[in-house]
Amino acid sequence: MEREPLLELHCVGKTFRSGDGGASPVLEGIDLCVNPGEIIVLFGRSGCGKSTLLRIIAGLTPATMGEVRYKGQRVTRPQPGISMVFQTFALFPWLNVQQNVELGLEAAGVPAEERRRRALEVIDMIGLDGFESAYPKELSGGMRQRVGFARALVVHPDVLLMDEPFSALDVPTTEALRHDLMDLWTTRQIPTRAMLLVSHNIEESALVADRIVILHNNPGSIKSEIRVQLKHPRDPDSRAFRLLVEQVYAAISSTGAAQRRKLGVGYRLPSATVGQMMGILERLNLPGNAGGLGLSVLAEVMQMEVDELFPIIEALELMVFTRTNGQRVELTPAGKTFAEADILQRKIIFGEQLLQRIPLATNIRHVLEERSGSRAPRSRFLRELEDHLSEEEAERVLGVVTDWGRYAEILAYDGDTGTFSLENPGSEDLADTP
Amino acid sequence: MTTNAGFNRFAPRAAGAVGPNRWDVLLLPLVIGTLFLITWGSGKMNAPYVLGTPIPISLEPGNLPEYALRTTLRMTLAMLGSLAFALLYGSLAAKSVAAGRVLIPLLDILQSIPILGFLSISVVGFVRLFPGSMLGPELAAVFAIFTSQAWNLTFSYYASLRMVPRDLYEVSRMLKLSPWQQFFRLEAPYAMPGLIWNMMMSVAGGWFFVVASEAITVDNMSIQLPGIGSYIALAIRSEDLPAVGYAILAMFIVILATDQLLFRPLVAWGERFKFEFTENQRPPRSWFLSLLRRAQFTRMFLAAVMRGMVVVQLVSALLASRQARQAFAWPRRLRWSVDGALLDRYWNALVVMAAAASTFALIRFVHAAVSFQEVGQVLLLGLITGARVLLLVALASLLWVPIGIWIGLNPRIGQPAQPIVVLLAAFPANLFFPVAISAIVGFHLDPEIWLSPLMILGTQWYILFNVVSAAAALPSDLQEAAANIGLRGGMRWTRLLLPSVFPSYVTGAVTASGGAWNASVVSELVNWGSTSLSATGLGAYIATQTAAGDYPRVALGVVVMSLYVVLFNRVVWKRLYMMAEQRFSFV
Repeated sequence: MEREPLLELHCVGKTFRSGDGGASPVLEGIDLCVNPGEIIVLFGRSGCGKSTLLRIIAGLTPATMGEVRYKGQRVTRPQPGISMVFQTFALFPWLNVQQNVELGLEAAGVPAEERRRRALEVIDMIGLDGFESAYPKELSGGMRQRVGFARALVVHPDVLLMDEPFSALDVPTTEALRHDLMDLWTTRQIPTRAMLLVSHNIEESALVADRIVILHNNPGSIKSEIRVQLKHPRDPDSRAFRLLVEQVYAAISSTGAAQRRKLGVGYRLPSATVGQMMGILERLNLPGNAGGLGLSVLAEVMQMEVDELFPIIEALELMVFTRTNGQRVELTPAGKTFAEADILQRKIIFGEQLLQRIPLATNIRHVLEERSGSRAPRSRFLRELEDHLSEEEAERVLGVVTDWGRYAEILAYDGDTGTFSLENPGSEDLADTP
Repeated sequence: MTTNAGFNRFAPRAAGAVGPNRWDVLLLPLVIGTLFLITWGSGKMNAPYVLGTPIPISLEPGNLPEYALRTTLRMTLAMLGSLAFALLYGSLAAKSVAAGRVLIPLLDILQSIPILGFLSISVVGFVRLFPGSMLGPELAAVFAIFTSQAWNLTFSYYASLRMVPRDLYEVSRMLKLSPWQQFFRLEAPYAMPGLIWNMMMSVAGGWFFVVASEAITVDNMSIQLPGIGSYIALAIRSEDLPAVGYAILAMFIVILATDQLLFRPLVAWGERFKFEFTENQRPPRSWFLSLLRRAQFTRMFLAAVMRGMVVVQLVSALLASRQARQAFAWPRRLRWSVDGALLDRYWNALVVMAAAASTFALIRFVHAAVSFQEVGQVLLLGLITGARVLLLVALASLLWVPIGIWIGLNPRIGQPAQPIVVLLAAFPANLFFPVAISAIVGFHLDPEIWLSPLMILGTQWYILFNVVSAAAALPSDLQEAAANIGLRGGMRWTRLLLPSVFPSYVTGAVTASGGAWNASVVSELVNWGSTSLSATGLGAYIATQTAAGDYPRVALGVVVMSLYVVLFNRVVWKRLYMMAEQRFSFV
């Protein structure tokens, strides 16, 4: 097997510019080499830029720094040798299965007869025969994604990029499709020489990857890399596999602490609701869980994906309701008091922690206290946040702190007029009604 | 979220201070002024008038504010009437299966009747209803605008009622809401975004008809209601291009003001009624709504409204009380028989008989004056106008579809362009007719060809409008997939862009073609001073017969046009629509 890398990424970075000239970096200094015969999984929390990275490799989005090389050639636009499978399938609803699959060949100017032959071949191989004339709307999610795979594979790509290809599917469908894909790969039925998969599912990553590349966010960069030596097909119940999964967990859960070094007003508060935080705290407060719970166990008992759990855990840690000890999440004294308090006391405790630990909340409260009439427009805080964050991110973060602050009753917000105030919400409603 | 009464949602939740604030300084004169203008303008509507007396209209630009006001007032009356009609008719159609079976197809037919063809007949009716008063012709004009607005509002309200989630109805039953409460808390809010959107569209279409219906000739007598429409009619008669320019300017100001003072606030306010739990990232905003919300005056005004509502609620509670229900209830046995399937059959038979009787009456009325040979000619004229409509819709599509896609895919252009397109769509195209006509006369162009574009002038925007929004909504994944498999140039257009805007395009084209049929009545026969230009077609036929006061022929023309419109809808548009729904939509 030749050892020359298929893909080389040198110092790739991406910065999005917001409307008023502000810049928010999403990716920074990514170096990566993809060799023939490899399956690489890009693993990270949502919002760490892994999908953006995949699109840069595909030539769909330009990088703002660094470069991507495919077989030594710089990638600036979509390459014939690189195919992509999309999370949302991205099928053309007005074309039937066969037309969808043939489309790429047609664009490449392949004659009709050969197009037909190759499309039918791939359709057979991926298990779609019988559905050639069906329209995407008539298919189930799993079958639709099979069309997505067929469309990507029919052009015989060197590199297959997959952007969370299974996350829109249910568990049995995912397993069937992933099994078929791995089967095609290991038996070399497809000429594809390397696969790059974006995932947020640890088991899935451990099942398919030869290398797991872990990204962390703000801005996204490569944090660590785990090489996997296990042979395919892998047995999820084997001891070696369980060890691998634990290793991945450990690599991810050490991400958080390092990032919390500077907690300023412009910190990207995680999108977690008060209700989610309460649920985790109550679970941790159950008699059997006194020593804390591992992330994987917690994810399992809460019936959540790990990446869904991350923002909640991060929020809890920011508020110092929990702390991470090794790989275990455990309650702090404040967290324990909160979990045991009644509804009204909880609001008070939450408010105290919020004002003490979250600079943005403290800032809003101060401004309101100083202003005459104790009111301030939302735009005032948005503008302040936009010094640190993109417009969209500023909206999101302000939304998060509004939600927390409303629950704790440390501030009131009126969506009609877009003003923050210190009033007791609801009291002035009574004054309104005659 | 607090769930106060429908009206209270509008109330600003200001704290503490009860005295007037600085926003009142701005708002108070605005409101008082508006009230004064309405009183003054509506007083003139009821002035004495005898059919045949000429009403003096002056081309002096200083009169334009008054004319604009009176035109706007007619528009407002028609809008209120349309809303009331939509709520009543829509509720009835949605809540009674038997009524719905007749009302909905009826609405379809009503929608296809050329409003301007109908105007001359309704004027006579209204004048007879209010003899010796200006109210007759005024109401006829209002009625013409009403017929251009009511149908789509009704469809929208009916559709919204049918879409109200079942569980919300179940909740309101569990909470034992009275019908009034159910209307204010559930049905009206749910239908609000659709109604507001359709109101914008209706008013946009309405300007066209208000301008056309102010100056009309019936029985060789001309009636000119003071307004922008009459002003422009006079400008045409006296070949006065600068006056046409003034009228265009005045109309533009009126439309801009309606947009800023009425529709922007309504759209921004209506955002909250959207039935979705994800918040819009960029909610529509309106400076006028912010002003209203901040002013103390609004609070006082709404408090007064709430007091008024108490009376309504009392009355409705009284009506809903058990005693009242018993008093008004059907006797038990009768009610039982009323529910039977037999009644359904009677009802159907009644409908069929009524339809047969009116067809017979219509044929007799028309045939008394018109030979079958002429009916054949009129059908042929309809075919010519139909061909013109199709050709123009096709030409407009060739122009606007690519431009629309381009605008939609470039948000930097699309965002500033959208309000401009809305304004263009609202502008009554007939104000521009004189400019075109004087050009045709000046350059000795062939009216058979060059009058045609006037038909589509006002309605082409619907094509652009719909294509832009569809292109802007094209899923980015699909665009990336297309790029990934190397779709470029012509294939990108035929495989990706054109199919993806197709469903919206069809909606736009239906509206454009319906509008073009309607406009043919005023655009196939036009005058400039003493010069008269006409193109062969059904529109010109109706216009000529209206001016001559030949009602059987007007009726014939109107019926034939309605037939063609319905036929077109069934044969062309409905099929395209079904195809679009099945194949090209993303859901």
